Amino acid sequence: MSAGTSLIKIRGLSKVFKTDAGELNVLEDINLDIMEGEIFGIIGMSGAGKSTLVRCLNFLEKPTKGTVYIDNQDLSCLSQKELYKIRQSIGMIFQQFNLLMQRNVLKNVCFPLEIAGVKKKEAEARAYELLELVGLSDKAKAYPSQLSGGQKQRVAIARALANNPKVILCDEATSALDPATTKGVLALLKDINKRLGITIVIITHEMSVVEEVCQRVAIIDSRHIAEVGYVHDIFTKPTTDAARRLVFPEGERVENFISSRCCRIVFNGSSSFEPVIANMVLEFRQPVNIIFADTRNIDGKAFGQIVIQLPEDKLAGEKMMAYLRNRGLTVEEVKDFV
Amino acid sequence: MFDPAILKMFGQGFLESLYMTLVSSALAYLLGLPLGIILVVTDKDGIKPAPGLNRVLGVIINLLRSVPFLILAVTLIPVTRFITGTSLGPTATIVPLVIGAAPFIARMVESSLKEVDKGVIEAAQSMGASPFEVICKVMLPEARPSLILGAAISVTTILGYSAMTGFMGGGGLGDIAIRYGYHRYQTDIMLVTVVILVIIVQVFQEIGIRLARLGDKRK
Repeated sequence: MSAGTSLIKIRGLSKVFKTDAGELNVLEDINLDIMEGEIFGIIGMSGAGKSTLVRCLNFLEKPTKGTVYIDNQDLSCLSQKELYKIRQSIGMIFQQFNLLMQRNVLKNVCFPLEIAGVKKKEAEARAYELLELVGLSDKAKAYPSQLSGGQKQRVAIARALANNPKVILCDEATSALDPATTKGVLALLKDINKRLGITIVIITHEMSVVEEVCQRVAIIDSRHIAEVGYVHDIFTKPTTDAARRLVFPEGERVENFISSRCCRIVFNGSSSFEPVIANMVLEFRQPVNIIFADTRNIDGKAFGQIVIQLPEDKLAGEKMMAYLRNRGLTVEEVKDFV
Repeated sequence: MFDPAILKMFGQGFLESLYMTLVSSALAYLLGLPLGIILVVTDKDGIKPAPGLNRVLGVIINLLRSVPFLILAVTLIPVTRFITGTSLGPTATIVPLVIGAAPFIARMVESSLKEVDKGVIEAAQSMGASPFEVICKVMLPEARPSLILGAAISVTTILGYSAMTGFMGGGGLGDIAIRYGYHRYQTDIMLVTVVILVIIVQVFQEIGIRLARLGDKRK
């Protein structure tokens, strides 16, 4: 657990939707702590209930059971008016941006300030400040329909920041954007977190988004939290099936290739710049088959994994694994992973 | 072709029709707009669901909408007399026009407001907007182009209704068309009134389309 105090506490939260076809359990007994100032990811396959969970954090959806504390305030105990008030301190951005199409960019950013009762002049000054922060000062008078997806999301971020929120909830905020724009938006969120100390909760189905910005992550799988922890822990040692499915999205294909002994090599940042596999092959004069490789840069460190097929010779295989372990890598034999 | 008296009659009929249509439209919107808003807001997916109220309102509106306008107008004659003191002439005609058009307008407003993106409404709620603020600051402004187009359709429909009341001495161009064209077989006079009506409809529709386009920032 991080050293800070928890800003959001979810306790025993369940959500049941009543539909024509009967009751639909979406979330069951969710318990989670999100610390002040962290970027927290909630990841899961679609239909896992993550969008409902994020809507429970500001009571857009009222939990059927359990509650949410924001800054030690129990949301289920608030009156409707108090709930409106506290929502002003919880910014939210969406997959489809949800900007007001008939208002220009400046007026969109002013909108939450209007709701909060800020005077028009002050609101506009604040809006210009925020547009500067997200790098869109020149688009103040443009209408959302004239902006690109990435620009729209930046406006939405400026709007979410208007009332100096304690936390920003991001509901699949980058899922409608291309990879390059996604990077830009994530960098902006990271920057906001660093500079303003705002806690950010990111809901996504993409592992890459979590790897890119989150410190901790909760994996949600069929109504439950499957696993919570630091991103690099979960990435290097996924303990649940749900986590493994997300870490190895193409795992099933790998399985088909494995005919004999394979081993998984995990890079934790120390040695990915050394051509370790090539050196090993040169050293042993025996070929290995690279079945799966995925390495990337997370938080300034190189992380990743390579799955290789070892030679049939058992001894050579053992020696190779020992060789890799000697170089500070985590190596495990894989028989039937995923 | 027409002598000055006839021309004067056309002029007066035109003004009466315009007067009935515009005043009735304004009053019918006074009733229909809030009704339409209530229909959307109290819907089961609305921002303040109230299924009971929603259903009752829906039934009342459907009932009023299913009565043919001329029959409604005749049925309402006592009410009209009570309010205006007479059942004849343009001012008296405003009463059945308002009551006949309000449910229609409520449905027009309802369909316009339902076009508003649910996500935008949710975004406003996430910022702490109350239902009243969501209606005034999100739903109505976002639906503005559609509401204006709906208003053009409503006004032209009301113009059509107002012409129907010619059968019961409602005044305006419809009255002229029926008295001269239908009862006296003066087809030329009837044709002229119809042409004037067509022109008025064209003008209202065109104004509506232009206003809607002018105010629409989506393109």
